[in-house]
Parts: sequence; C-alpha cells; structure tokens
Amino acid sequence: MKSNLLKYTLSLAFLISTMLIAISVGSVSVPIPEIVKIIGSEVFHLPIGNDVDPKSISIVYDIRLPRVILAGLVGASLAIAGAAFQGLLRNPLADPYILGVSSGASVGAVSTLFFNISIPFLGMYTLPFLSILSALATIMTVLFFAKKIDKTMRVESIILTGIIFSSFLGSIISLIIALTGEELQQIIGWLLGSVSMRGWKYVGIILPFLIIGGLLLLMNTRELNAMSFGEDRAQHLGVDVEKRKMLILAAGSILTGAAVAVSGTIGFVGLVIPHLTRKLWGPDHIHLLPLSIITGAGFLILTDLLSRTIISPQVLPVGVITALVGAPVFAMILLKQKKAKGR
Amino acid sequence: MLKVENVSGGYDGETIVKDIHFSVGKGEFFGILGPNGSGKTTLLKMMSGLLELEQGEVKIDDRSISDLTKKQLAKKMAVLPQLSPQVFPYTVKETVSLGRYAHHRGFFQTWTDEDENIVQKVMKQTNISHFQDNSVMEHSGGEQQRIFLAQALVQKPDILLLDEPTNHLDLAYQKELLDLLRTRAREEGLTVVAILHDLNLASLYCDKILLMDNGETRAVADPDDVFSEELINHVYQTEVVKQPHSKIAKPQLHLLPGKKSEREGEQVKIDENMLSISPERIVLQSKQPLKTVSSGVVGAGAGWYSNFVNRHVDATYNCTNHREEMREYLTNHGFPVSQTVGMMTAVTLEDNSYRVYEGDGFSVMIVVTAGVGNAVDSTRENSPVAAPVKPGTINTWIFVNGKLTDEAYIQSIITATEAKAQVLRDCHILDAHTKKQATGTSTDSILVAATQQGKEIDYAGTATELGAIIGRGVYQEMKQSIQHYFKRKKMHDHLSFN
Repeated sequence: MKSNLLKYTLSLAFLISTMLIAISVGSVSVPIPEIVKIIGSEVFHLPIGNDVDPKSISIVYDIRLPRVILAGLVGASLAIAGAAFQGLLRNPLADPYILGVSSGASVGAVSTLFFNISIPFLGMYTLPFLSILSALATIMTVLFFAKKIDKTMRVESIILTGIIFSSFLGSIISLIIALTGEELQQIIGWLLGSVSMRGWKYVGIILPFLIIGGLLLLMNTRELNAMSFGEDRAQHLGVDVEKRKMLILAAGSILTGAAVAVSGTIGFVGLVIPHLTRKLWGPDHIHLLPLSIITGAGFLILTDLLSRTIISPQVLPVGVITALVGAPVFAMILLKQKKAKGR
Repeated sequence: MLKVENVSGGYDGETIVKDIHFSVGKGEFFGILGPNGSGKTTLLKMMSGLLELEQGEVKIDDRSISDLTKKQLAKKMAVLPQLSPQVFPYTVKETVSLGRYAHHRGFFQTWTDEDENIVQKVMKQTNISHFQDNSVMEHSGGEQQRIFLAQALVQKPDILLLDEPTNHLDLAYQKELLDLLRTRAREEGLTVVAILHDLNLASLYCDKILLMDNGETRAVADPDDVFSEELINHVYQTEVVKQPHSKIAKPQLHLLPGKKSEREGEQVKIDENMLSISPERIVLQSKQPLKTVSSGVVGAGAGWYSNFVNRHVDATYNCTNHREEMREYLTNHGFPVSQTVGMMTAVTLEDNSYRVYEGDGFSVMIVVTAGVGNAVDSTRENSPVAAPVKPGTINTWIFVNGKLTDEAYIQSIITATEAKAQVLRDCHILDAHTKKQATGTSTDSILVAATQQGKEIDYAGTATELGAIIGRGVYQEMKQSIQHYFKRKKMHDHLSFN
C-alpha cells in the first residue's frame, strides 16, 4: 500500500515545481528566488528587497502568474471532470473532449460571441454560463442517444455517439466561423485552446465553477467507487444511482463548460491525467479526484510552458501539445483493452 | 420476512414475469429454478428494486421495498449478481469495503473500527483475506465470485439474493459457497434466495423451491414435490429420471443422454454360449453392461456391470480381508473391479446347472452352483452370526433379457429365495443343529442382472410370467445342482470308505 502522504506530497511537489519553472522561463528569465519574493510581496504584502527589477514584478505578477494559475485551473477542471466521467461510465476512455462535451461547450461559447448575447445580472459570466448549459445539454443528448442505440450503454456505443456529436457540433462551429468572416485567426486560436493573454479576469471567471463542480464531485467519491462496478451493483450497495448520476454529470459539465469558456477546447487532459493518476496511485476515487486535480493542474502548466517555448518566439496553441501527448495514450489504452478482451 | 405478492413485470411494457406469489421465512434457503428465459433474473431484479413492478408488491418485514430509501434497502437486502468484467483495478479490500456504503452517513464519514472488523471477519470467512491487497482483476472468476459475496455480506443484510452463484466455480468451491450460505442461514438467520442452474444442487441445499416456466409459477414447494419427473420433463422439455441421493434423503435427477436407441447401445442377449466354466471359476462376460442387483463379495448392491465371476475357493479358504483378496484375484485375471460382480463358493463348480427359459418377448438365464454343507434354518433362535468370510454355498445368478423396474428386481429376489427354500424342503435338507427344515446356507449369494433392453417388465411376483419363470427355473436348476452335489458326495463317501 502506497501511503496517502506520499501520494499527495509527490503530486504537490510536481505542481509547485512546474509552477515555479513556468513562471521563471520565458523571453525574460526570472530566477526562482526572485519569483518567491515577488509573490510574497504581492500576495502577502511582505517587504521586497531593492534588488528586484520592477519589470520582473510586472512580468511575474501581471503576465506569467495569471497565465500559470489559469492553466492550472483549466487543467484541474478538465482532469477531475475526466476522472468523474470515467468512473461514472466505467470507461477509461471517457473524457469531456471525446464525449462531445467540450464541443458542446464551444458551441455555447461561440454562439454567445457571435450573437453578442449578454444575460442581465450575469455580465461577464454569460459566456461560461452558456458554455456550461450547452455542455450539459450535450452530455444528456449523447447519453440519451447512446442508450437508444444500445440499452446496455456499452463503452463503444457511448464513444461512437460522442464522436458523432463532436463532428456535428464542430461543423456548427465552422459554420459560425464562416459567417463571422472577421477575427478568424482569433476564434480559431481560441478554439485550439490557449491560456495566453487572458489575465486575472479569466482566473476569476473559472475559479467559482471549479470550486462548485469540484466540491460536488468530491462529495460523490464513494458513489463513484460504487458506480465503477456498474449502476446495478451501485444501487444494490445502497447508492441512489439516478440522483447521483445527474449530480456527477452536472458537475462534470460545469467544470468542462467553464474550462472551455476561458481557454477553448483543450483535448485529452481529461483522458490522460486520470488514467496516469490511476496507474500511479490506484483507482479509489476518494484519492483519485483530488490527485487528478493536482496532477492535471501541473500537467497543463507544463504543456503551456512547452507551447510557448518549443518554437519560441512563436506560441503554439496548448491544445496542440495536449493532443500530441494524448492521442497516442488514447490509442495505447484502446489497444490494451482489446488485448484484455481477446484473452 | 420476505414476501412477493402477485408480482408481474418486465422491460419496456413487455410483461415477462407474471403473477408470482411466494414468501420466504427468516433463515430459509429458497431456490428459484427454471429453464433459460423463464424470467428468473427478471424476477430477481424486481425483488432487488432494480426493475419497477407492473403489479403486486415486494415486502420485507411487511414493508414494501418501494417505501424504503436505497440505503435502507441495502441494509436489509444484499445482492450477489452474475459476474461482469471489471474496468478498474480496485484491490480486493477496497472492493469488499464498498459493501459498507449503506452504513455510512453524510458525505465524509470516516472508516470506523467496526467497519474494519466486519470487513476483516467476512474476508476470513470467505477465504479471501490472504489476497486482500491484490487487484480484483488478477483473480479468477471463482475468486471474484467470493470477493463479491464478501462485498454483499459486509452489508450485514437480513436477506441475500443471488443470481447463479455457482457459475464459474469448481465443484469444491460450489459446495464451499453453498455450505457457507447454508451455515449463515441456519446459524445467523440469513434469508437466502438464490437462482440456481443445477437442479441437483438445488435439491441438496434448498428448503423450498420456486419452479418458473415462461414467467409463470409452475410450483412452489419442497424439492421433493417440485422434482417430479413429469413436471421437470414438461418444464425443461427433456427426459430425466428421479432417484434418491444414495447418502442423504434428497431427490436427485439424472439426465438421459442422446436418443433412446443410442442409450441402449448394441443389442445383447445373454445365453449359455456366453458362459465359460472351468474348475476354478464360472464367468459370464457381456458386451454391454447389465443393470445388476447382487450380494456378491465385489460389486455388491446395485450398479451396472459387464463381468460376472463365481470363483471356487478351497473349503479351508480363510482370509482376514477376503474383499481385498478377491479384488486382487479379479484384477490379476483381467476382470476390472469396477465392472465386475464377484462371488465365492467352496462348492465344486462342476455341480453347476444352468438353462435359458423363454418367456413372451423376453428370456431368462439361470445359473446355480449349490452345496448344502452348512444348511441352516434362517428362523432358528440364537442363530450364531455367520462369519462372512466363509464362501457361499448356494450362488444363484438370474439374467433377464428384458427391461426391469426396481420393483421387478426386488420381486425377482423374493421369488428366487422362495424357490430355494422349496428346493431344500423337497430335498429334505435339515439344519445340522436344530434338525429342522433348512431354508438356505449361511453364505448364499444372489444376483439379478438385466440387459434393460427390449420388453418392459414391471413386476416379477409369482403371478407374473417373469415371476413364474424365475420360480420354476431356480427350482429346477438348483435341484439339479444339489443332485449333482449329492451324487458326488455319495461317490466320495463311498470311495473314502473303501
């Protein structure tokens, strides 16, 4: 048995080191001790020495720190949502991206921009709100159709339905882009997924949703354990399956919708991270979910760092990097599953 | 405890289970049987609350299960479903611990000592605690079945529902699992409701059985009443034979393989040509095994045998373990013990007498070797216990080319014995001690063997044709054999006087 302390210590060490490195590295390199001082002064109002360059303060605090935190929050949201979807659907291949939830959220976001919708009282939360709503609608429709195709809701049927919906929703997005004409580069850049140049405002947008969605899921870890043995089994164990399922799907959609609203569609984080975390630390959702949050955050910070340094000064969309890592992992799991079945 | 009241239901408006009604008492082991597609699993799903009922009610302690929350229900009733493939590598202990879910309240309740104790105890009982840290996926179907049984048992239910729990299990584990369940039922009052596939296992373990067919009740009763050949043949659309278990008072059903003609195999007719007689032994070998009831030294009782050996031993033969010695003898002479009925006699085998008697559609061959050296009156008082080691002196073989019922076997033996007593009376053979009429000798053996082909013969009492032939045949052959015996004895005495 790996001790819980070890699991969390190593995961947190990974997260903190990626954060520090990501803040440090860039066109202007900031040494790590300086970063600590700047954060200490800005956040905790500690005295800062005279040896710190004011330009560094601005780079760290106004540009890199919000970017790193936003990447972390997006990664955390996608990873925990993926972990929950996988447990709920008993399927290590489930992921908000593959299930079409991300595309659904994108349609909501793009429509909001296109039609210039603004819901009174929601203000800047209109975009994430509509993203979440369309994410939720998408997952419900996907599951409804999957059930129509095959009552037992086999893994393959759900994925197939998800892919069909992804393509369909993708074409709607293309249609909207075609109609827009202007700012093409910007929308496509957003769609490919990016956390660059978003600033503190976006951190403020995603944070409340991560807290709500995350807490909802953390309150259902034991239910997720039960449901990963099948819905019937879970009900026999005493789980109110219908209610819990709705809660978990809603929480997953909130997290995905909010992540998409601030950063576009970033694929495969929700697939790779829970899979990796489960491999390392075991499938028990009581620890899998919090550990996925930490690891997911660290992973997206790292890939974002890669995206802006790998062919610097050009910046790649972070979604490209995650897909480059994620698609082979997806293929690997699929192969392993086939092998296991063939045995 | 558990009541199922006029329950009907199914999937998507299609009624599969119709009007099922029964109740199960505390500590009872209740079996649900029926052919594939008879609605057993559907009924179990409705009983466990997975499927809505169209009609009727399922009650636990007089409360409808639809009035209970999922957690309340899980504390009263646990389910062991059919195995389904696992997706995530949970450890055995994690899997078992999930059974405690219903006993936890709130979102973040911690694992208590009580939980731990129950989980450890149940894992010990189900014999899985030694691999509790392994992944469930590493284990075989049988072990997984035990893991999920443990998961159900840590729910501390009053009622346990099981769907074909012995699937995937080896013979020994089937027994182990069912023994465990029965012990729980007897000692802790656990009410067990199990869908079972194996009728004979159900007979051994169930107190009561529901037999379903086409979603309807065919019977709810004791195993003995449910297992009538007629009912089972009708419901399962096959042919079975009901027999008592040879060791305990439970019925068992035997399948009859293939078609009737295939079962009977090659036609055989037992006749004189199949006998081979030497001074050492009389042997009959049949190509097909014969259903035999006998009192031989080897192969005694009822069974199917193809070799029949009547072995001559010296009058002074005395072996502390004559059975073992006889087995060795048979093996050494090429007669497989498992296929052979072996008898012994001190009588000179030349004193044999045999003949085939033809009846209407059947025939009987009777072979007798007789000597009356230690003739006794079986009714005398203070009869000394005859040493079984002593070889028999009147050995009677009756081969029937026909199909006999169990009754006919018994009646054949009665009729043959009556005939024997008559021979001894007519030959004025007396008990050496009491000087009264003898009825036999102290170590006589008999066998009745039938080909079980051809004409069906239900009875063999003296009023039937078979009975008459046996009576007359045994009388004639035995008399002749005894006459041979006397002739030889006289000659022998005569010679020794000179």
